[in-house]
Amino acid sequence: MKDYEIVVGLEVHAELNTDSKIFCDCKNVFGLEVNTQICPICMGMPGTLPTLNEKVVEYAIKMGHALNCKINSVCKQDRKNYFYPDLPKAYQISQAEVPICEHGYLDIFVDGEERRIGITRIHIEEDAGKLLHDDSFAGSLVDLNRSGVPLIEIVSEPDLRSTEEVKAYLETIKSILQYLNISDCKMQEGSIRCDVNISVRKKGSTEFGTRCEMKNINSFSAAVRGIEYEAKRQIDLIESGGVVEQETRRWDDVKGMSFTMRTKENANDYRYFPEPDLLTIVIDEDKIKSLKAELPELPNKKMARYIKDFGLSQMDATLIVENIDKCKLFDECTALNLCVPKNISNWILGDISKYMNETGKSILDTPLTAKRLCEMISSVEKGVISNSAAKRVMQIVIDEDKEPQQIIEELGLVQNSDVGFLENLAREVLAKNEKSVNDYKNGKTNAMGYLIGQCMKESKGKANPGMIKEIVIKLLEE
Amino acid sequence: MKLYEKTASELSEMLRRKKCSALEIYEDVSNRIKSVEDKVGAYITLSDETARKKAIEVDEALAKGEELHPLAGIPIGIKDNISTKGIRTSCASKMLENYIPPFNATVVEKINNADMVVTGKLNMDEFAMGSSTETSYMKKTRNPHDLDRVPGGSSGGSAAAVAAGEAILTLGSDTGGSIRQPAALCGVVGFKPTYGSVSRYGLIAFASSLDQIGPIGKSVKDIAMLQDIISGYDKMDATSKNMEYPKLTDNLTVNAKGLKIGILKEYFGEGVDDSVKESVYKVVKLFEENGAEIKEISIPSANFAMSTYYIISSAEASSNLARFDGVKYGYRAKEYDSLIDMYENTRSEGFGDEVKRRIMLGTFVLSSGFYDAYYKKAKIMQKRISSEFDNVFKDIDIIISPTVVSTAFKIGENIDNPVKMYYNDAFTVTANIGGLPAISLPCAKDEKNLPIGLQLIGKKFSEQTLLNAAYTYENLCGGFNVHSQIL
Repeated sequence: MKDYEIVVGLEVHAELNTDSKIFCDCKNVFGLEVNTQICPICMGMPGTLPTLNEKVVEYAIKMGHALNCKINSVCKQDRKNYFYPDLPKAYQISQAEVPICEHGYLDIFVDGEERRIGITRIHIEEDAGKLLHDDSFAGSLVDLNRSGVPLIEIVSEPDLRSTEEVKAYLETIKSILQYLNISDCKMQEGSIRCDVNISVRKKGSTEFGTRCEMKNINSFSAAVRGIEYEAKRQIDLIESGGVVEQETRRWDDVKGMSFTMRTKENANDYRYFPEPDLLTIVIDEDKIKSLKAELPELPNKKMARYIKDFGLSQMDATLIVENIDKCKLFDECTALNLCVPKNISNWILGDISKYMNETGKSILDTPLTAKRLCEMISSVEKGVISNSAAKRVMQIVIDEDKEPQQIIEELGLVQNSDVGFLENLAREVLAKNEKSVNDYKNGKTNAMGYLIGQCMKESKGKANPGMIKEIVIKLLEE
Repeated sequence: MKLYEKTASELSEMLRRKKCSALEIYEDVSNRIKSVEDKVGAYITLSDETARKKAIEVDEALAKGEELHPLAGIPIGIKDNISTKGIRTSCASKMLENYIPPFNATVVEKINNADMVVTGKLNMDEFAMGSSTETSYMKKTRNPHDLDRVPGGSSGGSAAAVAAGEAILTLGSDTGGSIRQPAALCGVVGFKPTYGSVSRYGLIAFASSLDQIGPIGKSVKDIAMLQDIISGYDKMDATSKNMEYPKLTDNLTVNAKGLKIGILKEYFGEGVDDSVKESVYKVVKLFEENGAEIKEISIPSANFAMSTYYIISSAEASSNLARFDGVKYGYRAKEYDSLIDMYENTRSEGFGDEVKRRIMLGTFVLSSGFYDAYYKKAKIMQKRISSEFDNVFKDIDIIISPTVVSTAFKIGENIDNPVKMYYNDAFTVTANIGGLPAISLPCAKDEKNLPIGLQLIGKKFSEQTLLNAAYTYENLCGGFNVHSQIL
C-alpha cells in the first residue's frame, strides 16, 4: 500500500434550495406526502414543456464564483437519455457540452497544508423522482416529489491524493454551499450526494491508472470508507498481477464493499443532444458581476482572518468555518468584544460542539445567544466563576432560557478569591490530611492534586481553583 | 348552400346578422359528419355533447348581446396530438389509445376562450409520422376527392374533414409538411406558421425544434382569423417568441403590384409531375400579369434538406417518445418478467412500424461514435440552409413552389416504400428546417380531378406578407372551391 498513491476526482450533486422546481412552478420542499408536489410538467406528461427557473442559473453562478470558475455567459442545456421508472420523461435535462461554470479551483487545508484542487465544471440539471418499496405491494412505487428539483453537479479534477483530502474537499464544498445559502446540505435527506472516480498508481508515477467510478455514496464518511476499500482492491489486483478494468461500481456501505454495476462494454450511451425545448441560456455580463459582488465572505477568507486577527490555530479556524452555525456564533461573539476570541473558539469547539453532536441541534436554535455566551465566558475570564461552574451555567441557559448572571446568583456559583479565606481553608485541609502531605514530601507529587481536590470539596466548589492551587503549593513547600 | 359548405367568415357574419344560430351550424356539420364519416374516416373521437353545449352557450350569449370573438360558434376539429382536457388524445397510437389528458394545450385554451365549438379529434399518422395517415393505429382516412386515395399526412384527418365539410376549420401540426401536404392533397388551405409564433404547450411532441401547430381551412381569411386566435407568446413554451402579434385579419389586402416572388428552381426539377409544374407556373404568370416581380432563385443546399430533416426529426423523436415506457400512462404490455422486459414489450407492442423506424433511426444518429457524422452534421446543414434562405429573402418577399411533387396517391401504394413516402415531404421540410412560415393553397386539379397545391414560403414572422400574397392569389383566381364533389 505504501508504494502507491490514490488519485481521486469527485462529482458532487447538490440540491438547490430554490422555492420552486427547475422547470415548473411546483414547490421544492423535502419530506411532504408522496406525489403531492407534482404537476403535469414534472410528471413528464405528453405535451408538457420545461421553462427554466432563473434562480437556478443565479445559484449556479454564485457557486461558480465561489469556486473561482469562468462563467459561461452563453451555455446550453442537453438531454441525457436513459430509461428508469423514476425518470418520467426518460431523459434528464442536464448540461453536456457547455456547462454554466468551468475551469475553477478550490483551496483546501489538510494538516495545516494548503492544497489547490481543480474544478473541472459546474452544471445545472434536474433531479429524478424516488422509487419506494412497500411490503404490502409486490412492485415498486414511484414518488415524483423530487422530480425536477434543481441540482448542481460540481466536478473536480483528479487532484485529490488521500482520504483526508477528500474529506476536507467535501467539507469545504458543503460549507461554501451553506455560506451561499443555496443548498440545505442535508446528507440524510439526500440533498448532497457524490460519485467518486478513483484510480491508484505507483508513487512518483506521472501517468494515471485505470479509474473506476463508484456510485451510491450517501455520506462523506462513506466516501472515505469507499475510497479506502476501492484503493485496496485496486492495489491488491495490481500486486497479484491483475489489471484494473474501467467500470462503474456500486458502494454498499453496510457490507463495506463495492460491486460491479456496469463494465465499460455495458456503459450507458446517454445520447446527449441539445434540449430543443429550451433556448440557449444567455446571461447578462452585469448580472454575472453583480452576483460576484454579492458573495458573502467565504470559509477560506474567514479562516485566514481568524488566524490573523484572532490568533486562532489553523485547526481551530478550520473547524469553526466548516460549520456555518458555529461560524455565525463565533462572528457574533467576536463582534461583541466582551471576551478573548481564543476562549470563544475553545467553548465553541468544546462544549458547544459536544452539545450539537449529542443533540443533533444547532446552537443557533437554543437560547444560548452570543451575548449570553460572552457574558459567561467573561465571568470565567474575570475569575468570577470557575470553568466547571460555567459548564453548568451553559446547560441551564440552554434548558431554562435564563440569563447567565441570574443563574450564577441563584446557584451561588461565584467563586471565592479571598486570599485570607483560601489560606485558612488550605491550612485546615492540609492539617486533616497529614498522610498526603507526607506522601508529597516523599516525592509523590500527585498527592497535591488530591489536596487541591479536597480544598475544592470543602469550599463546595467555590474556591478559585487557580488561586487555591498556588496556595497549596506554597504551603507544601514551606 | 348548406351551412357546412360555408367559410368561417361567412358563418361568422350570418351569426351576427342572426341568419342562423350556432346550434344550427353545429347541427348541420354534425349531420354532415353522420352522413359522410363512414366513407371519409376523419375523426378518431367525436365530442358531440360538449360541442352542442358550447353552441347553445354561444347562442345564449349572442342573444344577450354579448360581444364574442368573430369565430365564436364556429365548429373546429382538432388533430389528435393536441391535448384536450377530458377528451382522449391518442396520437393515433395504440400507446395512447385510452389516454385522456388532465390539461388543455395552450391553443385549445385559446380556442375555448374564443368560444369555438370543438367537434372532436382528428385522425393522423401515428405520432404525426407519415405522409398518408396510413400509419394511424386507429383507422383509415380517405381522400374526400377520391376515396381510394390517401388524404396525405400526417394531418390527414384535419385536411379531409375540411374538404368533406365535417368541420369548418381544423388544427393540424406540421413538422416536415404535415399541414401543407395533406392540405394540398385534399385541396384545402393549410398554414404552417413561423416556428415560435404558436405555443407548442400541449402538442404531443414529435420533433420539438420543428413542430408547429397551424390552421387548415377553406379560405385565407379563415386561416388568418384562426391564426389570430392561436398565435402569441406563451410563457409555458420557452421557444415561443415574446413579441407583438398584430391581427393578421385586420390587415389582409389584395395587391400583387410590386410583390417580389422568387421561383425556387430546385423545386421545379425532375420528379415533379408535369401537371403540378404547369399549374404552379400558371399561378406565377397570374401574379406577373398583375404586377408582381418574378425572379428565379436558388437554395443550393435544398437538396440536402430531406436528409437533414430526417436526421434531426428522428433524433428528437427518439428522445421525445422515450417517455412512453408503460410506467405512468398509456399502454403497458400484459406480460413481462422484469423492468427491461416491461419496457421492451410495451414499446414493441405499443408502437407501429413507422414510429419504431424513426426511433431506431434517431437512436442511431445520436449514439456515441455516430453523433458527429449524422446529428452534428445535420445541425450544420440546417444552419446553412437557413442562411441561404436569409440571403434569398434579401431580394424577394415570398417564394413560390409546388407543395408536393404529385397529387394524392392510392391507399397502400407507398406504405411499404418509406423512401418514396418520405419524398412527399421534399418541398415542405425546408420551411421547418428554416423555421419559416409557409402556406399551401389549392391551385388546380389534375386530369383525375385531384387537387394540386402550391406553396408560398415567407421569411420568419412575415405572416402578414405571406397571407396577403395568398389572399391576393385567392382573389385573382376567383376563390377556392375546396369541397369534395363526390360525397
